[in-house]
Amino acid sequence: MNTTETAHQTRPYDLVKEFVIALVAVAALTVVLAAVFSSPDEKPITLASWAKAAPGDFIATSAAELAGTSTSAAYGAPYNHVPGAGQKLGPLPLQRWAGVRSPIDPAQDFVIGPLTAAPQDPALATALATYRAAAPDQRHKQAASYADALSKAPAGDSAKVAPGDYGTTPVLTARLLDLARGGGLDGTLLTEGGFYSSDYTRPLLFLADGTYLADQATAQHLTGNQWGMMNETGNYPGQAWLWLYTFWYQVPPYKTSTNADALIWATMAALTVLLAAIPFIPGLRSIPRWSGIYRLIWRDHYRRQR
Amino acid sequence: MSIGWTGRTREAAIRALPPGKLLPDEQPAYVASWIYVFGVLTLSALAIVLTSGTVLALAGPAWWHTSALGHFVNSLHLWSVELFFFFMVIHLWGKFFMAAWRGRRAMTWITGVVAFATSIGTAFTGYLVQQNFDSQWISTQAKDGLNSVGIGAFFNVLNFGQMLLWHVILLPLVLGVLVVGHILLVRLRGVVPPIPHTVDHTDAAEDKS
Amino acid sequence: MDPAALPASPINLDHPGHYLHWGVIQLSVANLVVIAAMIVVFVLALLLPFPKGKGPS
Repeated sequence: MNTTETAHQTRPYDLVKEFVIALVAVAALTVVLAAVFSSPDEKPITLASWAKAAPGDFIATSAAELAGTSTSAAYGAPYNHVPGAGQKLGPLPLQRWAGVRSPIDPAQDFVIGPLTAAPQDPALATALATYRAAAPDQRHKQAASYADALSKAPAGDSAKVAPGDYGTTPVLTARLLDLARGGGLDGTLLTEGGFYSSDYTRPLLFLADGTYLADQATAQHLTGNQWGMMNETGNYPGQAWLWLYTFWYQVPPYKTSTNADALIWATMAALTVLLAAIPFIPGLRSIPRWSGIYRLIWRDHYRRQR
Repeated sequence: MSIGWTGRTREAAIRALPPGKLLPDEQPAYVASWIYVFGVLTLSALAIVLTSGTVLALAGPAWWHTSALGHFVNSLHLWSVELFFFFMVIHLWGKFFMAAWRGRRAMTWITGVVAFATSIGTAFTGYLVQQNFDSQWISTQAKDGLNSVGIGAFFNVLNFGQMLLWHVILLPLVLGVLVVGHILLVRLRGVVPPIPHTVDHTDAAEDKS
Repeated sequence: MDPAALPASPINLDHPGHYLHWGVIQLSVANLVVIAAMIVVFVLALLLPFPKGKGPS
């Protein structure tokens, strides 16, 4: 300790008493807030509830999985190998470098696999056999045509799709919808690994490929361009401390960049290091002195010195 | 006779933080502002967060969806987290405007910033393991940010089991170590004196900036 | 979750949220209240006199 510090006068100060009083006060405040405001618990969307509430979106998403055009099918690392996919930080393809650590083949994992595991009738068995016998290019093309026709059908209704060469896509997607409505798909996507499950990568990726989840989030002001990261469902306060992170998504150049996520992560990492390094940065470390707020904090001390 | 590693560790610890310095019953007279209490308020809120979290852990992750008492304990957990960040940010503002890193206290500031960042990560994993709509939306959104820089390949926010363990064990452990270190550093260096009262080397340089 | 199993909280925040827009900024009223309260508490902490113990020894 240096001489000027030891030269300061001292006075009795009961740290333990202060802590106990603070603990009791904060505990009481927490109990009051919890009792008065409770906490949010918006029910999860199940694949069954999605299939029932938005069958058109469910069918379109399933067709996109078969066509290889869904978000997960085109994602790249860490789910699958897609040439050119993945964000870059400047010249660094960090996303691709990390590799495919949770392999997902959306057509197989989300559609064909669950249908194969489901109870078979002749029509489904024939459709699956035909699908497997077809060349990958043809499967993709037929599913893409069906997805395209669906998007043009009135209200996206699969019953009103114009005739065309869709191969087995209409049968497979309709059967997947039936399976999902009955609740069978929720279990199947999870149990592909075995009896127990604690990994929801597959059902969550499939759910996020549709627009139903995003529509619910938009209604609750939770999407990225709504500053959603700091918001909570209902009227609850959210993670207000994420204000700066979510801010960058609203402004250029981040807003329009295809590498926005990587750029914002890098920006936030740099700013966090900067915050930690303030004691060593000339100018930044002098802001407190220039602001003069310290004069208020230590006003008694300065008064005594005069 | 040699006192051995144990004896030397004890003596070094006592030399660095003798009991009177570890738990002093006096403070410098300049410690006279409400801004000083936000550190202990943050610590108190953290204690409530840990206590309510422990109760939630006792009954398992699904309890709070099916039990009124469980839901109330979840509310305690949520609001203590809101208070924790509330007090911590005011503590941060206060220490910034006091330039509390002066006088060989840079490591105190740095451990505080790292603890703040770790708290954000811990809270984030808490949102992921609620098993409700929030978790579904937050995890499917956050995966893109984490994947974009390669973290998502190892820290999979869609993997509930992995996130639950990070939330209830790994991150609280890291935060606990940081908080203990932060507080020991405060006791070691003492409460920062008023500007411009420190005279050690670092500050002599800073005074001119 | 059975809503009937929940104790009724005196103030129900489970209604659709309210949001404010200023140009690029969008903020929920709940978050605004929290942030405003933080600033108010910070200013009060600076201004309110701190109770003195037994005076300098």
